[in-house]
Amino acid sequence: MAIEAKAIKQVLVKPIWDNNPIALQVLGVCSALAVTSKLETALVMCLALTAVTACSNLVISTIRNQIPSSIRIIVQMTIIASLVIVVDQLLKAYAFETAKQMSVFVGLIITNCIVMGRAEAYAMKNGPIMSFFDGVGNGLGYSVILIAVAVIRELFGSGSVLGYTLLTPIKDGGWYQTNGLFLLPPSAFFIIGFLIWAIRAWKPEQVEESN
Amino acid sequence: MSANPNKESFVRTIIVAVALCLVCSVLVSSIAVMLKDQQINNALLDKKKNVLVAANLLNENTDIESAFANIEQKFVDLSTGQFVEMAKPQSYDQRQAAKDPEMSVAIENDLARIGRRSKVVAVYLVKEKSRVEKIILPVHGKGLYSTLYGFIALESDKQTIVGLKFYEQGETPGLGGEVENRNWLALWNGKKALNDRGEPALKLVKSIPQNDYEVDALSGASMTTRGIQNMLDYWLSDQAFGKFLSKLDVKKGEA
Repeated sequence: MAIEAKAIKQVLVKPIWDNNPIALQVLGVCSALAVTSKLETALVMCLALTAVTACSNLVISTIRNQIPSSIRIIVQMTIIASLVIVVDQLLKAYAFETAKQMSVFVGLIITNCIVMGRAEAYAMKNGPIMSFFDGVGNGLGYSVILIAVAVIRELFGSGSVLGYTLLTPIKDGGWYQTNGLFLLPPSAFFIIGFLIWAIRAWKPEQVEESN
Repeated sequence: MSANPNKESFVRTIIVAVALCLVCSVLVSSIAVMLKDQQINNALLDKKKNVLVAANLLNENTDIESAFANIEQKFVDLSTGQFVEMAKPQSYDQRQAAKDPEMSVAIENDLARIGRRSKVVAVYLVKEKSRVEKIILPVHGKGLYSTLYGFIALESDKQTIVGLKFYEQGETPGLGGEVENRNWLALWNGKKALNDRGEPALKLVKSIPQNDYEVDALSGASMTTRGIQNMLDYWLSDQAFGKFLSKLDVKKGEA
């Protein structure tokens, strides 16, 4: 059991800094640009993606020995798509306001490379419990980057964090001139770039060898 | 690589595919059916909330349902300006109706750039017994990137603006997206949308507003501002709500 606990910790923690799905594998960047103009939507997106990745890994790993290899991709897609629809429906029922702001991006989790990538690379080869935790771990790795990007964008773009005003903008009678660039998706590209730079400066082994 | 040598056979492939489809479809459809009521309820509550915000009737502690109790939903045929009864008032969807050639008309002088509009439109009346206190009208029109959807609330003099609320828009965040800024929307309160002859008269100006017919435009959002201007010019004209507004008897609540 001790070894198993250690292994679980390994798959949970490794994707956060050592093998981050966004920062190292550069997957799932599309949604990281789209939903990070506010921390609230980013948090909901993180929860949704973590739930989908963990559950799809669990289900796919459980039936991995039954899936014919000729149709394995479409089987994975069907499972992921079903889970995404379930999450989308739940959000519309219980977090309507946020779900409205996220519009199509919940549905687009289906095409998120992280979910598909973990299903194909990990869940097809490993047991259900480990796969589940691998999904949670990768969801956490995704969340760390998303939350960092969203805090920076919301703070400099709107002067607030999670809707609470920290820097009162001029247009509301304060002193802070909001930076419109941070509200637009391209700013997330720059921030993610800087984050990757910071992580690789801290962990030089992640730097690819140049030719 | 497989633990199960038979799993690649043709029959097994079909069986797995069919079984998976069955399980997934049952899961998805049962979730959708189970949560449907809750979702419809949410959408309805959201609409009520937007109407209340436009009419300045929503504070932080207001209960939406009880605040909505004095508000009456009515349907207006815009070509005559008179109230009409709808067979299924709950399920009438203006956006769907605008796409249906039977239930909509093409707009001739299309200021708001929306192409078609539904013949019948839902309006909301804040009532004190039979007297109409406030009139809330749905408006929509194209801005820079998106179609803006909102409500405009008028006082019973059919001229003065109570409030404005946009509940759906995809304009540039921080620029045109500021149409949702409460401080800007507060500027509209007390302005006059129509003149004494019942014609749309409000102007969004880039200088300091001089009178009740002028509202300070959003800085850095000329195209969105122009969209709002055109939207109001269209919806408050005789092509849209003009006839209804002139026919509405605020004392009796009839049109």
